[in-house]
Amino acid sequence: MRIAVCIKQVPDIEARIRVSGDGTWIDEEDLSFVINESDGYALEEALQIAERTSGEVVVFSLGPERVREALRKALALGAARAVHLKDPAFLGGDSLSTGRALAGAIAAGDFDLVLTGSQSDDVGFGSTGTVIAGELGWPHAWLVMGVELDEANKKVKVTREMEAGMNEISNLDLPAVLEIQAGLNKPRYASLRGIMQAKKKEISEPGPGDLGLAPESLGETGAKTEVLSVAFPEAGKGAQIIEGDAETAARTLVEKLQKEARIL
Amino acid sequence: MSAKIWIVLQQRDGKIQKMSWEAVRAGQTLAADLGGTAEAVLLGSGMQEAGKEVGQGSLGSVHVADDESLAVYTPGRFAKTLEAAIATARPDYVLFPHTYQTVDFLPGLAQSLDAALVPEAVSFEIVDGSVVWQRPVLGGKMFASVRAKGPGPVLVSLQSGAFSADELEKGSAPIETLSLDFAAMAPDREILRIEEAVGGEVDLSQAPVIVSVGRGIGDAEKIPIMQELADALGGELGASRPVIDSGWLPRDRQIGSSGQTVTPKLYVAAGISGAIQHLVGMKGSQVIVAINKDAGAPIFNVAHYGIVGDLHEVVPAVTAALKEASES
Repeated sequence: MRIAVCIKQVPDIEARIRVSGDGTWIDEEDLSFVINESDGYALEEALQIAERTSGEVVVFSLGPERVREALRKALALGAARAVHLKDPAFLGGDSLSTGRALAGAIAAGDFDLVLTGSQSDDVGFGSTGTVIAGELGWPHAWLVMGVELDEANKKVKVTREMEAGMNEISNLDLPAVLEIQAGLNKPRYASLRGIMQAKKKEISEPGPGDLGLAPESLGETGAKTEVLSVAFPEAGKGAQIIEGDAETAARTLVEKLQKEARIL
Repeated sequence: MSAKIWIVLQQRDGKIQKMSWEAVRAGQTLAADLGGTAEAVLLGSGMQEAGKEVGQGSLGSVHVADDESLAVYTPGRFAKTLEAAIATARPDYVLFPHTYQTVDFLPGLAQSLDAALVPEAVSFEIVDGSVVWQRPVLGGKMFASVRAKGPGPVLVSLQSGAFSADELEKGSAPIETLSLDFAAMAPDREILRIEEAVGGEVDLSQAPVIVSVGRGIGDAEKIPIMQELADALGGELGASRPVIDSGWLPRDRQIGSSGQTVTPKLYVAAGISGAIQHLVGMKGSQVIVAINKDAGAPIFNVAHYGIVGDLHEVVPAVTAALKEASES
């Protein structure tokens, strides 16, 4: 089974963040970047399927130069090769133009399955995988919690999370796009051997022309939405912050819960 | 220019899903602000009663696509039905509740209509005649202001709690049938069954006190300090999604959009940053205490009391202070 995995590199969400100079995103300097959490689960699922089916995993990512580090990591974990969409024409888009570019790169290969995370931890549209499916004309499922392949019948049975503690179990025809929910499996760690091998693996960098895509349909130009600004939530209506070391703060909290909130 | 606003409601077995009423309220507000009409859309099978119920709102009309093929949701049929209806009626804005079902099909619908997509909006404002939507980014740490560009409809899904269903305006709207070629719409997914997720033995909705733990705990071996605090408060242990995904607590302890929704008297969130998926499950709690080492964590925006510090120090200190207080 040949599997394409789309990963996104996102800022470490625990980090201290500042608004960028133009006000439309955060200042990326001094930030550390990681593979988006649910994409990591998608990669692990793909690696497990490839191992079971003597298949191959190819990892795709769209983003600037720094994204190469995330692709290297995916290669160290076991992906066979990587495709990096880094041409400026690809960048700055929304999920519609980003999905279009990734689908173009995936269509150039011969894949049975596309796996990606259900939602990015930074922008969080939760849409890119569905757009990829639409571009390829393949069925898809979002928020997938279980994957059972039926290679003989070219189907995949998926368990999809719904609201209120319900799951939907359905069959999709292959090829298909599955958007994986975090928690599906236990992602592995890279071995030293994997890290060494990754150095020799190919990372190709096709441009829009190589994929037969019109640059105006991509990136910022091809996007249907624009971000005007980002801001921290209004201060002031938040919590009453209790100061002091752990012991002092704890005592003050208990006192406030008893005397102010009157709930103890 | 008069704007035409559609609100697509979600239902199961004829019962309108709760967030859909909030979306209707958002549509009414947008229609009032832009000077236009809000119209509802309902998809399903046997929708007569549900259609009448929706028609009791102040709406221009209720469009009902009623067909056996729509009895169970599939992205293929729902997206194709809406694509045909939107292409014909050409609404300017189409609003949806931001449910898991919506997120499953809405991007594909936007793509086939070449429409702008704004998922998870929490509010909007009119700036120089155009609508600017606010939506959370970076797990709710920040909010982005987003505007659609270019022609075509704008598809927006609204996060839970963004608009209040209590403020719905009543009225009497005519029911209109959407006549479409339902047979031509492929489901693109064969639904085998819908079942209850495993777990669910612990009902946290009745607990008066919940002590919830998040990613900040760092390690399953540290969970006992949370249990000790829960015991000292006479409460139950809860968790945010990452703790469950890591297997540190069973899934029936999960609080948030894919877990349980709770409104206890006291909710203590330790090491939980406060992603919107968690907040929708607990923000109705009477008193919320947040303990987090990141002063910028969004949990502090919904909490009443906050302690900025390492939960591994603060939580045992609170347990000790409770014991001290009960002894004195």
